[in-house]
Amino acid sequence: MAEAAQTTRDGAAPSTALVSRLAPAFKDAGIAALIALALSVPLLSERTVQQGSSLVLQNRWWLAFTAMGLVFVGRLALNLLREGDVTSRVSAVLDQAKIGLPPTDFGRWLAPAMIAFAVILPFMPFSDRYIMDVSILVLTYVMLGWGLNIVVGLAGLLDLGYVAFYAVGAYSFALIAIHFDLGFWISLPIAGALAALWGLILGFPVLRLRGDYLAIVTLAFGEIIRVVLLNWDDLTNGPNGISGIPRPTLFGLQFKAFGDDTFAQFFGLSYSPLHRIIYLYYIILILALITCLITIRLRRLPIGRAWEALREDEIACRSLGINTTNTKLTAFAIGAMFGGFAGSFFAARQGFISPQSFTFIESAIILAIVVLGGLGSQIGVAIAAIILIGGFELFRDLEQYRMLVFGLAMVFIMVWRPRGLIATRAPTILAGGKRDPPETVGGAQ
Amino acid sequence: MDYFLQQLINGVTLGSIYGLIAIGYTMVYGIIGMINFAHGDIFMVGSFIALITFLALIGLGITWIPLALLLVLLAAMILTSIWGWTVERLAYRPLRESFRLAPLITAIGMSIVLQNFVQIAQGARVKPLQPVITGNHIVSESGGFVVTLSNIQIIIVITTVMLMTVFSLIIARTPLGRAQRACEQDRVMASLLGVNVDRTISLTFVMGAALAAVAGLMYLLYYGVIDFYIGFIAGIKAFTAAVLGGIGSLPGAMLGGLIIGLIETFWAGYFSGEYKDVAAFSILAIVLIFMPSGLLGRPEIEKV
Repeated sequence: MAEAAQTTRDGAAPSTALVSRLAPAFKDAGIAALIALALSVPLLSERTVQQGSSLVLQNRWWLAFTAMGLVFVGRLALNLLREGDVTSRVSAVLDQAKIGLPPTDFGRWLAPAMIAFAVILPFMPFSDRYIMDVSILVLTYVMLGWGLNIVVGLAGLLDLGYVAFYAVGAYSFALIAIHFDLGFWISLPIAGALAALWGLILGFPVLRLRGDYLAIVTLAFGEIIRVVLLNWDDLTNGPNGISGIPRPTLFGLQFKAFGDDTFAQFFGLSYSPLHRIIYLYYIILILALITCLITIRLRRLPIGRAWEALREDEIACRSLGINTTNTKLTAFAIGAMFGGFAGSFFAARQGFISPQSFTFIESAIILAIVVLGGLGSQIGVAIAAIILIGGFELFRDLEQYRMLVFGLAMVFIMVWRPRGLIATRAPTILAGGKRDPPETVGGAQ
Repeated sequence: MDYFLQQLINGVTLGSIYGLIAIGYTMVYGIIGMINFAHGDIFMVGSFIALITFLALIGLGITWIPLALLLVLLAAMILTSIWGWTVERLAYRPLRESFRLAPLITAIGMSIVLQNFVQIAQGARVKPLQPVITGNHIVSESGGFVVTLSNIQIIIVITTVMLMTVFSLIIARTPLGRAQRACEQDRVMASLLGVNVDRTISLTFVMGAALAAVAGLMYLLYYGVIDFYIGFIAGIKAFTAAVLGGIGSLPGAMLGGLIIGLIETFWAGYFSGEYKDVAAFSILAIVLIFMPSGLLGRPEIEKV
């Protein structure tokens, strides 16, 4: 974990008195401030405003100078703090959480504790409609993250078009449920299977590509699927999307206020819209846990080991007789299948889908969750999803700024800890019959 | 035939713009082997800087178009270069020795940052600019269909050819170009022989950004309307062009740009406008799958 202390600055400062470091620190901060000023001119300092039929400029020089001042102060502080580097201290703590603590109870109990909390969450006194909605959203992304984790984290194939499978799942589900009048629990596996099929179809041609070429082609596929969904009016209703998607039922019991066979009537409860939300919450929780469980089991099977081997070195894999084609295809298909499940759930929950929900930025968010959580780490992905999506919700009012902060976070976390917050690189199973450390059993790797 | 000729003219113009952006991708990929995902957004930033500078110059009373354009070009190139430099310094340099996918992920992050920064600073609405360069030449006229070649199209193609020549000469003849080619072949060896690798890579980003700024200005003048999102699609298409031409090869980027521009224009002209992006993306996939080294590129040899 040598990268932990890696920061953007070059060289190491000698441990001399503060005064002798002041001059270079000021000079450096001054240069940074000048660059910040150059960057702010004219994008920040002038604002283009539509006036009648033409654009005019509005002067906002104070903004540029504020940016300059902020950069100066920030850079100066960073320079002076160099020795007691904050980031590396936090890093050390995080590393300890991973390396130092597993024999103790922290690592072993974190995952079960989180699961237990997730199970009882709907019955907590503070759980209102809003909390449940956000939790459902977070869990959807946890599931998507775990699905993508198979492709990116385990097999090492960078997929920038994961949202395509999410979209395929959602649209398959919506179309099947509406046109064939099938219920949620029958449409769900069909949609998942269709997404897996698309995983195979899209995966097959890109097998020969490596690294960033693969990334760009998957990105292109994701965009192609979105453009097709947008323009194939007969099937997908184009940009207007599909509405009236049936809601999930519990063994035929519907979550409605009136009518026969409603959930509330059957159990003799008074109707509350919260019932449906809680039901949805448990569906996505179970789906997500299934994803996690299957991933953990798969990692111990030969195919899972082949994925991890493939991630480390494709040439060595091939030399050792691993069929890289099948290995990659299974990773793509299984990852796509989980994406499809999540898509189905999304469609059933929203009751409405349109191509707008499946843009590249969704892929980027899911990828960010996987990468920032730590490639291959199940619990890391869950934590990253909670932080990112939860953070998104907290700052919902600052609609414009949150994407900016999201992008900055992606850059700086990556620079700070390129392997993610909880970095793991060790294979799940080691040679010589050596068992895993116990904390991986609960998915806490 | 006339329709074909008109599409050809439009396609070459569009292709020139793609080619200019593609050079930035190809140079960066050549030297550090990464896809500078934020390059499309650098192009967008360049286009916005050009727009604002132009409005500012008009505000200052400089209305003689050739002078104004020259100043806009210079300002856009310089300021956009600083953006290119900063992106490299913040997001890529710290990760130079990291694993292969790390800089790609920071690049995506940077792309999001640039898009949203411009959206916040300048607003999400499209920004129109009245036609600056007007005037058409009639190439041929028959049966009511007039094939025209506008002045702006001529300027775009000529500028592109000139810049192409200049940058090819820089790469081929100057010490900087020699350093770049050395870094491309072997970074460690180049640094042992006294090449300042970091500086060379930074300058590569600066050159790419400057060309993207020119492309941004051209785009602004040609279409007369920009928004904060133009970089994404244009970036992917330019990347397709770079791959098609053979990544790492400058003439290849130009050739690829032309081909992509032509395919897109003809596709939109003869089949359907909605699916023109699908055409470009499909070409990207097909080229990468069947011809990964492109038209003019060298095959990548995998060393164990």
